[in-house]
Amino acid sequence: MKRLPLLLLSGLAVAAMAACGGKKPETTPVPVANTDAEEAERARIADSIARADREAKEREEAERDRQRRIADSLAAIGKSTEAVRTLLATMIHFDYDKALIRGGDAAVLDQKVAILQANPALRIRISGHCDERGSDEYNLALGNRRATAAKQYVVSHGIDGGRIETVSYGEERPLASGHDEDAWAQNRRDEFEILSGGESLKQP
Amino acid sequence: MKRLLLGLAALAIGPTVQPSDAQDTSAIDRGVRIGIIYRPGIRPGMVVLPAHAPVLDSMHTIMSRDLDYSDRFELITLPGGDSIRVTTAAPGARPPAAGGAGRGTGGGGAAAATTLNYPLYQALGADFAVAVTPAPGDTTIVTVHDVAAGGVRRELRARLPALKDPGFRLVVHQLADRVLEAALGVGGTAATRVLFVMDGKVYTIDQDGADQRLVSSSDHQAMSPAWAADGRRFAYMEFWQGHGKLFVQEVASGKRAPVTTTGQALDFTPAFSPDGKTLAFSRATEEGTDLYTVNIKDGCCLQRLTVGRFYDNLSPTYSPDGQRIAFVSTRAGLPQIYAMAADGTDQQLFAPFDYGATGSSNAPEWSPDGQTVAFHRDVGGTLQVFVLDVRTRAVRQLTSVGRNEDPTWAPDSRHMAFVSDRSGYRQLWIIDVETGRIRPLLQKSGARLPAWSPRLPETASSTP
Repeated sequence: MKRLPLLLLSGLAVAAMAACGGKKPETTPVPVANTDAEEAERARIADSIARADREAKEREEAERDRQRRIADSLAAIGKSTEAVRTLLATMIHFDYDKALIRGGDAAVLDQKVAILQANPALRIRISGHCDERGSDEYNLALGNRRATAAKQYVVSHGIDGGRIETVSYGEERPLASGHDEDAWAQNRRDEFEILSGGESLKQP
Repeated sequence: MKRLLLGLAALAIGPTVQPSDAQDTSAIDRGVRIGIIYRPGIRPGMVVLPAHAPVLDSMHTIMSRDLDYSDRFELITLPGGDSIRVTTAAPGARPPAAGGAGRGTGGGGAAAATTLNYPLYQALGADFAVAVTPAPGDTTIVTVHDVAAGGVRRELRARLPALKDPGFRLVVHQLADRVLEAALGVGGTAATRVLFVMDGKVYTIDQDGADQRLVSSSDHQAMSPAWAADGRRFAYMEFWQGHGKLFVQEVASGKRAPVTTTGQALDFTPAFSPDGKTLAFSRATEEGTDLYTVNIKDGCCLQRLTVGRFYDNLSPTYSPDGQRIAFVSTRAGLPQIYAMAADGTDQQLFAPFDYGATGSSNAPEWSPDGQTVAFHRDVGGTLQVFVLDVRTRAVRQLTSVGRNEDPTWAPDSRHMAFVSDRSGYRQLWIIDVETGRIRPLLQKSGARLPAWSPRLPETASSTP
């Protein structure tokens, strides 16, 4: 998700170079300028093909496309176990007193589905957390629903439920210590940690 | 009106249920007593006479505070303290009313019931006076004078532990409760403690704010302490590997034992049945949160009381007769207060609410007299303490300043401890529901989830 703009940016950089190159022949009429322009043109074509490809696949099947983006992201990060771990640990967040997965967080959970698919030995624990505004004890039940909601999503995408444990800490383990909306928003979250099988992780 | 009748009833049966208190001089006009106690808006005046020995001085301080915190008297401070005492020590105009209490100071005779200058104390506004005097051995005599009637109401004796003995304060608190019983015929809350959670640990503190002690014994994060009705045990929850494990701990020995079947899921909010044999609690699983009971006497017989599926049921609290359980359920969307029979049948809404308008309601606790259930409710984004009248189902808001939550009843069903941020940070407060008087219990930030004990048995004084 975060990597996609980077790819676009590098594309823009190539285009910008090409644009610069286009001016150069006026001052220094050397063939070098032509190769630059050709390369830029080639890059531009390749880029547009790739984009067309991607669009075609999007139309074809959303599911496969998501996984491809995840693969792209992973490749960009560095293809290491550490990188997969980082991706797996990405938290999701919730609205106040709600346990519904937000639209934007579905993609984050899709990444976890892909990682779990690529690493059959991997077992994880999802812990649900709340902000301090609700009732202390009720928040244990709410955190439980938040953890369960994420598990249900992952299981509904084909992962064996036995590989995922859920726990709730209510508001007992806040991430941000403030008492404002910013801190509360950070604290209403699911955390993901590896229980076992995380020694060497394959990218999806 | 109801309270007046109850008060009358309590007065009527008072002497018969306390036959051991032979010192009670019953030659008092009961009409006057009732008049004094239940005159609208006026509380009887109480003066605790200064004592001289160091131990008695501590006792005087603790007892005065206890009687003040009972919110049933106007505590009268003597102007000039000792000088008044000198006046009263002068030969009294009338002999002691209690026959057994001699006036002499020597030998084995009780020196307690010296006469008081009753007209003087009457002039100061006192209806009752309490004198603390030493007696041979380590016995202390507490004399309750009925100033209006001009006689000794009752003479109480207690063996007082050494000042530094951990049991000292409890004995004094128990004496204060006996003074209240002698004067007004009602039970007090002096000999009680409040459990609470701070920084993930369970602590206890005397109801007067003294003697704070750590009682949870592990490094695991703890929550939700709850008393057994006998005051000898309490339960609480600890996080173990993301699961919630329940423990029952003895007050006297500090020994604790895990509750059978708990700790494999997230088990929380324990509540003892009044007979102490059953523990009700909430269990959160992937199916949601539901209520269970387990037999803690035999360590067996897990029973499921609710089947939520798509909603949560939690925070059980027993009625004092053990027949009903009030609890929180999200079956209508937001959490609200429901009730059911103790076996899980006959589930129904308990505290009425306006669907779509009333905020979340949580943390119910049934009062020891069975007549009300306290809880907190979201009002405009903050929490306030409410009480539900069990018979009429009327709901009354009790607090309005700041955020107020997690109410817990004192054994007199009149005082209540709760968490409030009215001072700027969250701390423990006590409110007298009758008068609305409020005092801080603990001026430390972060204290929460209080649980007020029943009247503590004497053996609870043998602390570690």
